[in-house]
Amino acid sequence: MAPVLSLRNLTVEIPTRHGVLRPVDSVSYDIVAGEILGVVGESGAGKSMAGNAVIGLLNRPARITGGEVWLNGARIDNLPPEGLRKLRGKRIGMVFQDPLTSLNPLLTVGDQIAETILEHLPVSRAEARERAIAALEEVGIPAARDRVDSYPHAFSGGMRQRVVIALALCAEPDLVIADEPTTALDVSVQAQIIVLLKRLCRERGTAVMLVTHDMGVIAEAADRVAVMYAGRLAEIGPVADVIQHPRHPYTAGLMGSTPGASQGQARLTQIPGAMPRLDAMPPGCAFHPRCPRRGPGCDIDPPPVRAPDARAACHYPLTVAEDVTA
Amino acid sequence: MLAYILRRIFQSAIVLLVVGLVAFSLFRFVGDPIDNMLGQERTQADVERLRETLGLNEPFVVQYAKFLGQAVQGNFGMSYRQGRPVAEILMERAPATLELAAVSGVLALSFGIGLGVFTAIRRDGFAANAIMTLSLIGVSLPTFLIGILLIYLFSVELGWLPSFGRGEVVDLGGWTTGFLTPSGLQALILPSITLGLYQMTLIMRLVRSEMLEVLRTDYIRFARARGLRDRAVHFRHALKNTMVPVITVTGLQLGSIIAFAIITETVFQWPGVGLLFINAIQFVDIPVMAAYLMLISVMFVGINLIVDLLYVMVDPRLRGDSARGH
Repeated sequence: MAPVLSLRNLTVEIPTRHGVLRPVDSVSYDIVAGEILGVVGESGAGKSMAGNAVIGLLNRPARITGGEVWLNGARIDNLPPEGLRKLRGKRIGMVFQDPLTSLNPLLTVGDQIAETILEHLPVSRAEARERAIAALEEVGIPAARDRVDSYPHAFSGGMRQRVVIALALCAEPDLVIADEPTTALDVSVQAQIIVLLKRLCRERGTAVMLVTHDMGVIAEAADRVAVMYAGRLAEIGPVADVIQHPRHPYTAGLMGSTPGASQGQARLTQIPGAMPRLDAMPPGCAFHPRCPRRGPGCDIDPPPVRAPDARAACHYPLTVAEDVTA
Repeated sequence: MLAYILRRIFQSAIVLLVVGLVAFSLFRFVGDPIDNMLGQERTQADVERLRETLGLNEPFVVQYAKFLGQAVQGNFGMSYRQGRPVAEILMERAPATLELAAVSGVLALSFGIGLGVFTAIRRDGFAANAIMTLSLIGVSLPTFLIGILLIYLFSVELGWLPSFGRGEVVDLGGWTTGFLTPSGLQALILPSITLGLYQMTLIMRLVRSEMLEVLRTDYIRFARARGLRDRAVHFRHALKNTMVPVITVTGLQLGSIIAFAIITETVFQWPGVGLLFINAIQFVDIPVMAAYLMLISVMFVGINLIVDLLYVMVDPRLRGDSARGH
């Protein structure tokens, strides 16, 4: 199956007075229709930046300096701004982190959904309104017909995130980029939102890039997971494999420090040190100063993604024999 | 909503009472009107008789109470200088000031908001920077100097526009208007620019900074992520959100356009209430001064009331009734 989204060596750079920073460095991955790819990493690992690069909403002076972005077999990173604008909302939907701030407080939720529909689909105003009501019903807003003319402040946080999801999906996009969609929500609401997002995208065959730092969300929702570290892809693979049999030492460390991900373990471990700052990136593998498995060559060449299983970007990946759960 | 308006009107009435009291008591210190009215050849008996007729011998509180009692019936007493009812004189002068203020207000608002939006959107453009630099002139030059410079350039050097007066006016049932004659319109140009320039630059800088603030918010990013056109993002989403602070300041500024037209009217010998007030001060014409201050405070209070109602119109969060459900 041809992937809906394909990143090929995507590189984003920010020129500064002290040199060029590279928040996203040669990242490649595919997402196929109906698949949810979890993108996980610490803050500053470049996971959101990659999502913003895909929809062309990087804040200046950050810009794509290398690699390609393909959407359904067409290259989109070199489109003019107007071309990208037409893709946004129509082919690529976006869900932001904080539902309290991502809706315009002065427009009714119905108006905001209808204006998005009118922008992208050839329908009348009345039809757009009907579709807005249907969209609200679909995301589980009770009494949608009565509430379509309410303003965002009349909704709770979880309900607003449902509205945001309705907005992201209202023009039937092929891809949804969900940037930390549950981080700002109550724990009790998080699961509902994830289940909703998962169900809607499954039904429509929408591909999802689910950016989060929450391994629990990944385990719950994603089919595959991409682990990012310091702007680079550390490891990518099916969720169960990556969680239970990590190949990259960073992933192994991440799992060891996540409650619940590593069953049967008495204590949570921690990875010594901190992720390097973008302006002080070590040579070679960015993780090697903190890596328990570093060896010759780690401080010279950044490793490509390779064996075993073509999953981890590591010179000395964990082997099957070392699996935590083995 | 109605209760809110009634409460505001009640508060406004108290404000007016206090303003009247302050104004009235201040005038006791500006000098004795009798000196100006009787001239050199007076006898002590003349002075006493006039004091008695004008009610100046009565206690202050009684004078104020009488003044208020008359004022609510639209009677502000007789001008000491002109010997005519103050209400009549004010009515005669008011159209000149109100027309001048209206034109200045429209100029200030339309150019202020337009240029503010422009300079915010084209933040780094040459034209926007040039406008911002020029606007410093409007903010920092005193009004009378701008007026004199304009007169020097357009009346003295170029001879295009009149330097004083209203030109020909047409009497429409007691309201004299300069809008209907070419000379009346010409005469409006320089004074209204003089009066409105400061407000315009103020509004422009305010709109710009508010707009820059709003353009950074999540809901603007989300609006872009939904593929809305720049025009919709800027005007439908961003501008409306800048309006609450802009309305506050603009309301007060429009009030002060009317109140402080005094300087502009003096420079251009504009036959409005401001000029009337200046002349009244020179002559210690207490009824005129008191009536003028009352009139101005009625306007300020009225504008503030309108501003508060506009908030509610612009921002649904301030409306009690739309918060149903939660």
